[in-house]
Amino acid sequence: MAYEIIETCVNCWACEPLCPSNAIFEARPHFLIDARKCTECEGDHADPQCASICPIEGAILNPFGEAANPAGSLTGIPPEKVAEVMAEIQAR
Amino acid sequence: MELKVIGQSTEQPAGGCSSSGCGGSSDQLSHLPEKIRQKVQDHPCYSEDAHHHFARMHVAVAPACNIQCHYCNRKYDCANESRPGVVSELLTPDQAVKKVMAVAASIPQMTVLGIAGPGDPLANPERTFETFRQLTEKAPDIKLCVSTNGLSLPEQVEELSKHNIDHVTITINCVDPEIGAKIYPWVFWNNRRIKGKKGAKILIEQQQKGLEMLTEKGILVKVNSVMIPGVNDEHLEEVSKVVKAKGAFLHNVMPLIAEAEHGTFYGVMGQRGPTHDELQDLQDKCAGDMNMMRHCRQCRADAVGMLGEDRGDEFTMDKVETMEVDYEAAMAKRAEYQAAALATLEAQRNDTGESFVALSSFKVKKRETRPVLMAVATSGGGVINQHFGHAREFLIYEASMTDVRFIGHRKVDLYCSSGDTCGDTETTLQKIIRTLMGCEAVLCSKIGYEPWEQLEEAGIQPNGEHAMEPIEEAVAAVYAEMAENGQLDQPKTSAQLQVSA
Repeated sequence: MAYEIIETCVNCWACEPLCPSNAIFEARPHFLIDARKCTECEGDHADPQCASICPIEGAILNPFGEAANPAGSLTGIPPEKVAEVMAEIQAR
Repeated sequence: MELKVIGQSTEQPAGGCSSSGCGGSSDQLSHLPEKIRQKVQDHPCYSEDAHHHFARMHVAVAPACNIQCHYCNRKYDCANESRPGVVSELLTPDQAVKKVMAVAASIPQMTVLGIAGPGDPLANPERTFETFRQLTEKAPDIKLCVSTNGLSLPEQVEELSKHNIDHVTITINCVDPEIGAKIYPWVFWNNRRIKGKKGAKILIEQQQKGLEMLTEKGILVKVNSVMIPGVNDEHLEEVSKVVKAKGAFLHNVMPLIAEAEHGTFYGVMGQRGPTHDELQDLQDKCAGDMNMMRHCRQCRADAVGMLGEDRGDEFTMDKVETMEVDYEAAMAKRAEYQAAALATLEAQRNDTGESFVALSSFKVKKRETRPVLMAVATSGGGVINQHFGHAREFLIYEASMTDVRFIGHRKVDLYCSSGDTCGDTETTLQKIIRTLMGCEAVLCSKIGYEPWEQLEEAGIQPNGEHAMEPIEEAVAAVYAEMAENGQLDQPKTSAQLQVSA
């Protein structure tokens, strides 16, 4: 079981040096986690490090394939507010 | 412009220009100890006078961040955006060094290199310090600065002091965790994401500790604060007192930049930024406690050139790779330019002093005249040398019976230059006039017939009679003329009152 980085990653490098298993590597179009190396930080840290510093909601999936940081959990912006404002901007 | 819109943010306002300087009149640095004056006299961000003559650049080598600020969005990268934390191209330390040397060779005014993001420089210590190490060796004539949110500052002070860094900017928006929780949703600390008040408390403690450690080592510290109406606006006076007591030498209160398009918490939630007047009022209140900086342009984490301009496009990595740089020759040319610029600065200070004499003799007449705001178009050099229509920003000066004071700048292209797609129907000229509200005159080298007429209608007197003259001297002359004409005995004209209302 492993964490996974998906396409919304902005390549900010924050997670890479924190991984206790050196499982995270730079790749195009975005960083990746080597599933064979990922230990979910078990034995090293209480929380998975990549998911604890990642600033982008939804960019990291937990071993169940769910967003480790769901929409609204990091920025405090309610997801429906985001949708509303985006619609307003596009309607201009 | 294509807007990618909405996402989340993490980084701090990357401190943009590690700036400072103060707000006074002729020579704001005169009250500083000689040692500090030497350090800042050619630093465009730390000295208001110097920013007319010297340029800065930022290299974007620091992408990671360890906190989230509500005014930042880590997803955003737009070529038309000019604000901290935004970059177009992330550089490796080697690329950054190449770029700095190429810019130094073609822009002799460039005296300062800062690392300001797009994340937090000290959350990327290897990349940041490798860049500084190489530059200390290869470009010893360039001043190095760094800006930080302060979270990992205490553990980096020792390393910072080993490099040729004599300016550090810390962004401190509060000293109270209750307020901090409304600005910082989380920090990453001791391997955990810590949210709310608890996270803000850790950040505040680290910032204050870092500030004390730096000043103990004799490193100049400037404090940046983002003014957020209803959140920390009233609290910033307290912040100013605290950071001054701990040895910061300059305080830069900047307006919040928040647009829905930026996708930041504040932008999406409709938090407004301060008005020009609110910002100025707060800066004036804090000025009682501390040297204030008022010329910060909140530049991008990859800006290149004089403050207020960005020549980053001329120095993208693909262009830099093709440039041949003879750094020895460039250094000689730079030294020559910089010596001449310092001499001009000195001369302008003396000249300005004389213009005050004229003003004070006028004061003897004992006519009570009110202060006046004037806008100035300049492309640098401390003189009025820009066509009205070419100005992307105006410097704002306040002339009064006693002196001429620089109080800030106003951007014409309000953080975003591509009007059409943003759905605005207002013409550029109308926008400029609105931007200049509260000013009673605009001084430029030349101006066209149409804007002249519309400005006059709005109660702003265009003036092209002082082209190529030193700014403060010209502002003083126009003020004296207005006073002579009796324009200052009455309150503002009705048109003026209308626009400033």
